[in-house]
Amino acid sequence: MAGVQVANVSRSFGAHKALDDVSIDFADGGFYALLGPSGSGKTTLLRQIAGFDFPDAGRIAIGGESVERVPVEKRCIGMVFQNYALFPNMSVADNVAFGLSVRGEPKAAIAAEVQRALDLVQLGKLGGRRPHQLSGGQRQRVALARAIVTKPRVLLLDEPLGALDKALRVDMQIELKRIQREIGITTIFVTHDQEEALTMSDRIGILRDGRLVQEGPPEEIYDRPQSEFAATFLGDANIFRGDATGNGIMLQDGTTINAASGASVPAGAKASCAVRPERIQISTGAAKPGSADANTLKGQVSKRIFAGNSSTYFVDRDGQTLKVIVQNTGAERLVEGQDVVLRWSPDSTVLIGV
Amino acid sequence: MADQLAVASRRGLRPALPLLLPAYLWLTVAIFLPLSAMVFFSFMTDLPLAGKEWAFTLGNYAAFFSQSIYSTLLLASLRLGLEVTLWCVVIGYPAAYVLAKVLKGRSREAIFLLVILPFWSNGLVRIFSWAMVLREGGILDTALNAVLPFKINIDLMYSYPAVIIGLVHSYVPYMVLTCYLTLQAIDDSLIEAGRSLGASRRQVLWRVIIPLSMPGLIAGAALIFVPVVGSFMEPRILGGRTGTFYGTVIEDQFVAVFNWPLGAALSFILLAVVLIILALAAPVLRRAG
Repeated sequence: MAGVQVANVSRSFGAHKALDDVSIDFADGGFYALLGPSGSGKTTLLRQIAGFDFPDAGRIAIGGESVERVPVEKRCIGMVFQNYALFPNMSVADNVAFGLSVRGEPKAAIAAEVQRALDLVQLGKLGGRRPHQLSGGQRQRVALARAIVTKPRVLLLDEPLGALDKALRVDMQIELKRIQREIGITTIFVTHDQEEALTMSDRIGILRDGRLVQEGPPEEIYDRPQSEFAATFLGDANIFRGDATGNGIMLQDGTTINAASGASVPAGAKASCAVRPERIQISTGAAKPGSADANTLKGQVSKRIFAGNSSTYFVDRDGQTLKVIVQNTGAERLVEGQDVVLRWSPDSTVLIGV
Repeated sequence: MADQLAVASRRGLRPALPLLLPAYLWLTVAIFLPLSAMVFFSFMTDLPLAGKEWAFTLGNYAAFFSQSIYSTLLLASLRLGLEVTLWCVVIGYPAAYVLAKVLKGRSREAIFLLVILPFWSNGLVRIFSWAMVLREGGILDTALNAVLPFKINIDLMYSYPAVIIGLVHSYVPYMVLTCYLTLQAIDDSLIEAGRSLGASRRQVLWRVIIPLSMPGLIAGAALIFVPVVGSFMEPRILGGRTGTFYGTVIEDQFVAVFNWPLGAALSFILLAVVLIILALAAPVLRRAG
């Protein structure tokens, strides 16, 4: 097992820059998500790490050893593909045995390893089946067993849960995480599903247009996004744009919004503030006593969406629609058209340089 | 496919009849009736033309077993079929692989066109142009001697290799097409999965790609082997004196000797032998596929 270092990697296809000077350090044993919209370069980056494609510039190291010109079969990686890519001409056991058998290991040893891997993914009894006789979730597990049975240095997953339905996907997320912990393998996981990235990974790298936008633990990216894109792509955010005041921004109408964290932007420069919908308190008229520097805005409820344990209010304010999520605690529900006051702490506000 | 069959059987055959009828009517008129007539002829002493006397006989079939020349020629034809099929695999499979897995877009279309070009030219024209190429002082001979510093003499005309060359040229497109279809259906991610598991390109080829393209290889082999065993045009024109095969003997019976009954009997023996070979090969091939 080993860490992976990606340093200043660039890759172009014709005029299109699929990866533009990307550097990430994947520590040994970690679970990383590469998150981004389609075309952001996340799969291209994974393919560079796997060795299906070589970078135009930059360095890739696995376990400290430079591999950027090493072909995939010599990199000792395990990979799970989006469509599983099980060999249809082989049984489940033969699929899992493939990596060991091309190395020429003795048959008895292979059989034992294959059984161990199938037991690990809880398919111990299905070794004799053909891939087409399995359900989507089972195929997924076979693909995983096949990828880890060779004891690779890194496990690469290319949107492995994309083809599964919602309930099965949640099961597999838990299962994947359990197996990853059990064998302690460095895992790099490509996904466009922000929830998947948040719940599964130790660290997330957000990519956009071939560039790494932000990288860090899920909590850090969620609480302190460094760009509007990071704020809105990972979770929901209300974005205010205005001029920096030193400890926040001033909106066009003169309202100030205070932010306790974020980038330091010189006063007068253009800046944004981001606040998560669940951090905003919503109330009717009468201002509750709060700390002096709390951010306050007046608005009007334009729509309410009831979602069982919570309600989402869309509040119109000066041409902007803000989103507020309120837990259903049994308190009074607001109706559409009602005038409301929004209030939130500067601690919940992040200043973003533009 | 299985679903469609299930649907068809649930609804019964009747709604499908208008769709099936033209094809089967045509097959009946064009193939079944003449073939039945040939079966009939093969048991006759002579053709019932111009008031000639005729009787039923098994003699035409007995001739095959009593005269060793026929079985010798049949073995030679089977060997020819096998060799041509093997050459078609050797030449056609790599071409199909490149077409299906390497080339993309317009270059694929262009190369594909070149592969099926032999289908668009007349068979006789094709064979006679080979005669121009292969004979002594022909195109191949002249071209090689123009390039090479020493004198060599290429005279492949009227030889076994000439027959092989002509037949391979005629039949290799079948192999390319059937293999192309199965190779194209193989998901590229299977190749990538194999390599990510540490398999070299060669190991991926032998363990994944060739097993998965077996149906195409088998279909191509069947499409080539059967007609080559009965072929007569290429052996006669390109083989000359060495070009006597089972197919040319059958042709002689119909065209030169005018012994239709013997020709028919020899044809049906060939058909039976080919069917037996395919039946024997079927279980092996099914396991491989």
